[in-house]
Amino acid sequence: MVRRVRIKDHWSERRIFTFRSIVAGVIVALLLLTVASRLFYLQVVRYAYYSQLSQGNRVRIEPIPPSRGLILDRNGVILADNMPAFQLEVERDQVGNTRQLDASLERLVQIGLLDAADLPAIKRSIMSRPAYESVPIKLEMTDREMAVFALHRFEFNGIDVHTRLTRHYPFGPLAVHALGYVAAISARDLAHIDPAVYAGTTLIGKLGVERAYESELHGKPGFREVLVNAAGRPVTKEGAYHPKLKTQLPVAGSTLVLGIDVRVQRAAEDALQGLRGAVVAIDPKNGDVIALASSPAFDPNEFARGLTDKQYAALEDDPDKPLINRALAGAYPPGSTAKPYYALAALHYGVITPDQHILCPGYFRLPHSLHLYHCWKHGGHGEISMRRAIAQSCDVYFYNVANMLGIDRMHHFLSEFGFGKPTGIDIPGEVRGLMPSPQWKRHAFKGRANQVWFPGETLIVGIGQGYMLATPLQLAHAVATIAAHGHGFKPRLVIGIRPPGSTRMIRLPPRPDPPVRGITPDQWQVVYEGMEQAARPGGTAARMAAGAPYLIAAKTGTAQVFSLGKNEKYNAKTIKARLRDNALFIAFAPADDPKLAVAVMVEHASGEGGAVAGPIARKVFDAYLLPAKPETSAQKPVTAKTP
Amino acid sequence: MILDEFSPSRTRRTLSAGGRTLRALRLDGPLTGVLALIICIGVLVVYSASGQNVKMVEHQIGNVVVAIAALALLARFSTPQYLRLLAPLAYAFGVLLLIVVDVTGHIDKGAQRWLNLGFMRFQPSEIMKLAVPMLCAWYMHERPLPPAFKDLVVMALFIALPTALVAAQPDLGTALLIATSGLIVMLLAGLQTSIILMSIPVLILAAIGGWHFVHEYQRQRILTFMNPQIDRLGAGYHIIQSQIAIGSGGVFGKGYMRGSQAQLDFLPESSTDFIFSVIGEEFGLLGQLLVLSLYAFVIGRALYLAMQAQDTFARLTGGAIALSFFVYVFVNSGMVSGILPVVGVPLPLISYGGSSMVTIMAGFGILMSLHSHRKLVGS
Repeated sequence: MVRRVRIKDHWSERRIFTFRSIVAGVIVALLLLTVASRLFYLQVVRYAYYSQLSQGNRVRIEPIPPSRGLILDRNGVILADNMPAFQLEVERDQVGNTRQLDASLERLVQIGLLDAADLPAIKRSIMSRPAYESVPIKLEMTDREMAVFALHRFEFNGIDVHTRLTRHYPFGPLAVHALGYVAAISARDLAHIDPAVYAGTTLIGKLGVERAYESELHGKPGFREVLVNAAGRPVTKEGAYHPKLKTQLPVAGSTLVLGIDVRVQRAAEDALQGLRGAVVAIDPKNGDVIALASSPAFDPNEFARGLTDKQYAALEDDPDKPLINRALAGAYPPGSTAKPYYALAALHYGVITPDQHILCPGYFRLPHSLHLYHCWKHGGHGEISMRRAIAQSCDVYFYNVANMLGIDRMHHFLSEFGFGKPTGIDIPGEVRGLMPSPQWKRHAFKGRANQVWFPGETLIVGIGQGYMLATPLQLAHAVATIAAHGHGFKPRLVIGIRPPGSTRMIRLPPRPDPPVRGITPDQWQVVYEGMEQAARPGGTAARMAAGAPYLIAAKTGTAQVFSLGKNEKYNAKTIKARLRDNALFIAFAPADDPKLAVAVMVEHASGEGGAVAGPIARKVFDAYLLPAKPETSAQKPVTAKTP
Repeated sequence: MILDEFSPSRTRRTLSAGGRTLRALRLDGPLTGVLALIICIGVLVVYSASGQNVKMVEHQIGNVVVAIAALALLARFSTPQYLRLLAPLAYAFGVLLLIVVDVTGHIDKGAQRWLNLGFMRFQPSEIMKLAVPMLCAWYMHERPLPPAFKDLVVMALFIALPTALVAAQPDLGTALLIATSGLIVMLLAGLQTSIILMSIPVLILAAIGGWHFVHEYQRQRILTFMNPQIDRLGAGYHIIQSQIAIGSGGVFGKGYMRGSQAQLDFLPESSTDFIFSVIGEEFGLLGQLLVLSLYAFVIGRALYLAMQAQDTFARLTGGAIALSFFVYVFVNSGMVSGILPVVGVPLPLISYGGSSMVTIMAGFGILMSLHSHRKLVGS
């Protein structure tokens, strides 16, 4: 076999190479054109799409929270405003590594700015946020703490004092049950708010006016476009280029003007000091709430500051229940304060004339019954007519009236004054109380024997006890309705709204109740005279009215507590230890031209209504009706910040 | 020449003096000029892409100096005879270093691509990008073209050994580039068309088989390339951000140092593997087409020089250098624009980093040396 030997043919080899090179060149050109057409597709065909994605990458929209509207009293005194609070914040990536962070926090403990026990929680909250974010570790620093930090500032990297606006109540606990408070937005709040409107906001109204007028107070957030890098950290420029970024300023919330008069409110709260009770004062001409106090109170500033779980539990578990708004949410037997309404009912239905006398032997007995219903006065009042029966609060007279009216007419008539239904006040948390009726009893109880309405129950309801329950607000609202000859108004805390940027207040029109009709001026006059007599020597309210330069029309009440355990949920456990009566008091003044109607309730008072609750009402009247004494008008400096 | 009639004589003298200098240095004028232009663009873009990092630019200029030195020295002082001698030595030396790297890497239980020489870090796989095609060209130099089957087997072995060693590092991207540079020599040497056609189904089968042997992260890369959305923040992030950068550049770009994707760190590896996206974002379609045109010129000029060579070694080596350069350009630009999977291949002469630049410029030095040492027979 001959092995074929191939020899190099330079000419043909050169041709092979040249040909292959040209083919390769063509392939190169085609592939480069492929890349070029892909670039054309990305940069020309899909330019808008990628341009938008790039914009979304680099621009973050940061909300600017609006500043919350102020709350003023009727004279322009600031009740709630916004104050810059200083807080210590940490930027993790400026501090350095975890060891440096630990060291910095330890050092803050050493100089007394942090509590060692809080360190794990603080560290958790720092680590749970992005490294570039400024995380608050201490809220509301005091001047002393600021000074301490300033002294040691050089020791810290990435830890500094920042300011933010927080809610501030210059008078502390004053009127807290009317104002309510703001606190951190909870998961429950998030369910019914628009997150876009609350972007950047941490606090929301929780109770009272702050809650009811949340949408007016909140305002409208603005926004600011921020240039961010891939790590999300704000930067000022991209490379050598400063892009134009949009900013829209927020619109502050509206300012609310309340009917509350700080002087009257303060008088009411001072008078309630150390007691558990409530005072509600209403202008009978329009329903303005001049004072709304529930004692004990609490400081709403602490909620804005952020309560720890322990602090909140302490408030919750306090046996005196400071968080309960007794004026709206506490339902009590009205006792004898219900008597003027029954007197009006008796006149209206014509079951008795004003001057008709009834014998009070100290007790009342239903026909065919052996049970005695006692008057509070053991010996009895003797022969007594309507005016004196009101003034001296004769129980036997009103047993007779109730017996003659019957429960259905009593129920119907007192309902017209708002008993047993919400008054419609403009803040949440109101309970309806109870104006009992046979129909109610059929629904409320189980078992036939319990559903029957007994005639004796009518008598007890006739002196404002038994099943009957009313809130202090209902009592004030009802007595204001009496003072206005039946032309009552729904109570309201907010009387005017001042839109942001405006100096003019828009007055809200009063909201009238359906008037109580069918009562003649003479009939009103009888009840007025009875209530005026009560405030004169010999009447049950004589002591509180002594020396008043204006005429008072009043009615005292004392309600036995032992019969109401099942309805008074929040003191059910302590009721035995404090088995005393509730003192009640309703009044309006001046009696000849009513400017203020007041209801006072003191739980488990050591004396009856006239002795304990009456003087409280007197202080409220004095504060409102007498000219202001200069030294009491400026008890606390008012520090205000306009938004 | 038209130039003679219109140019003042001084300029002509200067030009011809420049030409003489280039000839003395054995450099090819047009190729050198365009390479220098690309490198200048690269340094400017690195300055922008690095976030105006002067240190990085200084370091890159250092790389440029070393790379130009490599080109100039090889062009001036190497001769075809010397290079033919060098080919097997460089290959053997490179394989040895790759084994060292693999062994130490194995001991360190991690990917190891670098050899620390104390004064500099050095990637032995870079040597192979030149050594493999040179060895194949050296092998075919004395043998008749087109290569016989036996020659193909030998060359395949030459290629397979370093490819396997680099793939084991594991650096699949570089391994594929090394294999490609060898295959280019085989193709240019006149690999029979029938074999090329037959190998296509074989390659497809190999690809399917190879799927089971590659690392999980490499498999992920290919899957992500097919559909970047499956892993938006992981492997797909690179591809998505790169396309956003290019696409948002539009026709004219956002302006030098104004590319938000690059300047605000949305674009990863913006100074190295994804620098072509920075060009797209800041200089737009026009900027990228200009760069691609410059590359096309380099490839074309290099192929032209190779075609003028007079022997097999020079031709094959030169052709492989030219086409390898194209492969780098294509793989990188295809990757950043999303038509090829993400492979760690820098954009030649522009991406930040020394290894690839020195290798490429050394390659062009060799090409120029081979071209300038032609025997002027018959001309």
